[in-house]
Amino acid sequence: MKKKKKGPVISDKLWLLLSLCTALIVWYILSLGETTGRSFPYIHKVIPAIGTMIEREVFWKDIGSSLLCVGAGFGLGFITSLPIAFLMAWYTPVQKIIEPWINFIRNIPALGYAPLMVIIFGVGRKPAIILIWICCFMTMSITIYQGIKNIDATIVKAARVLGAGDMDIFLKITCPATVPFIITAVRLGLSAGLTTLLAAESTGAQNGIGMRIRSLANSFDSPPMLMYIIMLGIIGLILVKIVDIIERKLTGWQEKI
Amino acid sequence: MAGENLIKLKIDNVYKEYDGRSGKTVALNGVSLDILENEFICVVGPSGCGKSTLLNIIAGLLEPTSGSVYLDDKKIEGTGVERGVVFQGYALFPWRTVLKNVMFGLEMKKIPAAEAKEIAMKYIRAVGLEGFENAYPKELSGGMRQRVAIARAYAVNPEVLLLDEPFGALDAQTRVQLQTELLNTWQNEKKTCFFITHDVDEAIILAQRVIIMSARPGRIKRIVDIDIPYPRTQATKTEARFLELKTEIWNEVYQEFLEVRK
Repeated sequence: MKKKKKGPVISDKLWLLLSLCTALIVWYILSLGETTGRSFPYIHKVIPAIGTMIEREVFWKDIGSSLLCVGAGFGLGFITSLPIAFLMAWYTPVQKIIEPWINFIRNIPALGYAPLMVIIFGVGRKPAIILIWICCFMTMSITIYQGIKNIDATIVKAARVLGAGDMDIFLKITCPATVPFIITAVRLGLSAGLTTLLAAESTGAQNGIGMRIRSLANSFDSPPMLMYIIMLGIIGLILVKIVDIIERKLTGWQEKI
Repeated sequence: MAGENLIKLKIDNVYKEYDGRSGKTVALNGVSLDILENEFICVVGPSGCGKSTLLNIIAGLLEPTSGSVYLDDKKIEGTGVERGVVFQGYALFPWRTVLKNVMFGLEMKKIPAAEAKEIAMKYIRAVGLEGFENAYPKELSGGMRQRVAIARAYAVNPEVLLLDEPFGALDAQTRVQLQTELLNTWQNEKKTCFFITHDVDEAIILAQRVIIMSARPGRIKRIVDIDIPYPRTQATKTEARFLELKTEIWNEVYQEFLEVRK
């Protein structure tokens, strides 16, 4: 008669709330400590920092500038990685020549070659966008390429024996079959874009979350700095949620293993 | 009908070799066979005897190194809708519903959507999947998926149906059920069937002639006429003639299997 699962059933929303409470308690404990308290001020000091930053007229500019950089860099990365991924999948020489270099550059932290971009493009938003573009492109082209390569050959054969020509195969087989990989690439690309943001905004940006964190760190102003770091996390979460929704709409047919 | 003894498919001295790491491998070594119109042929043989290679050559998915295959005296070059294929792994399009899967070949033929839907529904009903036309492949069992694949192949009305171990991945009960259904469909709407299997029971229950292939290099070892009249049912499997043929074919195949193992 005894069931293995005991105790009350807790809904996912309640779990989320519990998880949030745990984090707040950990934060509070860190605030209590003398040394850890320097980096983790009490929550009632951090939240009003939003107001201070808005008053200083930098809050919305920072967020706007960072979103613009990530958006533009990611957008360019997406547009360029698609054709390159297809070319690599279709033409072996293209893949043989390009892929090793993508893998080579992919493993270098963006902060390393950020100065090179500044030398070419000067300071400001331009080198920042280009840096994010490069990082998004690297991750996404490889992911999409591998997706196209992994399309089940029998499905293509099945289409062929049903009378599909090359164009039909591309539009009605390759494209839909690649969609799940494109979504994975978008997910990884956005994450790459966000993590490159700090490196990108080290290129003499006027505004931006990454730039602001750096400058607040220099003045040991930890309440607004912590608030900015949390903002970065929240933006990441929102982007992941958006991708989740798109994924559910587009690839509901996919078999989950 | 006059067409009863017409040669539909003529396999003429087909030879196929592959370039492998350890040099050339001969998959088919001079295979010749005449298949009559509306005939049901089953091919049995150990793994590696080239039966799938032969099917792929007839389908036009592979080219023979030498020799040719003729369909109605016309040499086969590339794929064609007059030769439908059912694959072992179903090969359904996972992003398309059952209906859209069955409609694929009709779309390729540029048949108007309304008419294509009507034809597709006819075959979905024929394989007993009415009510599932809007389901995605992931929602279906293995047996149901293979029914979709059969309906999809039938919908474009091919003259020849090539089946590559279509029931190999199914459980014994589903397999028997699909065999019966395939026989019924074939008797209602006659087609030339080229069916690969390694299940001897399956071959005898379905085929008019069973082709036994030998491996390394692949060639036809023997052709056995199955002189059991249709309609055949599961009860047929207990008849003396069935058991006699089964022993005969099974021994031949097993001998080949042992040869391969050497």
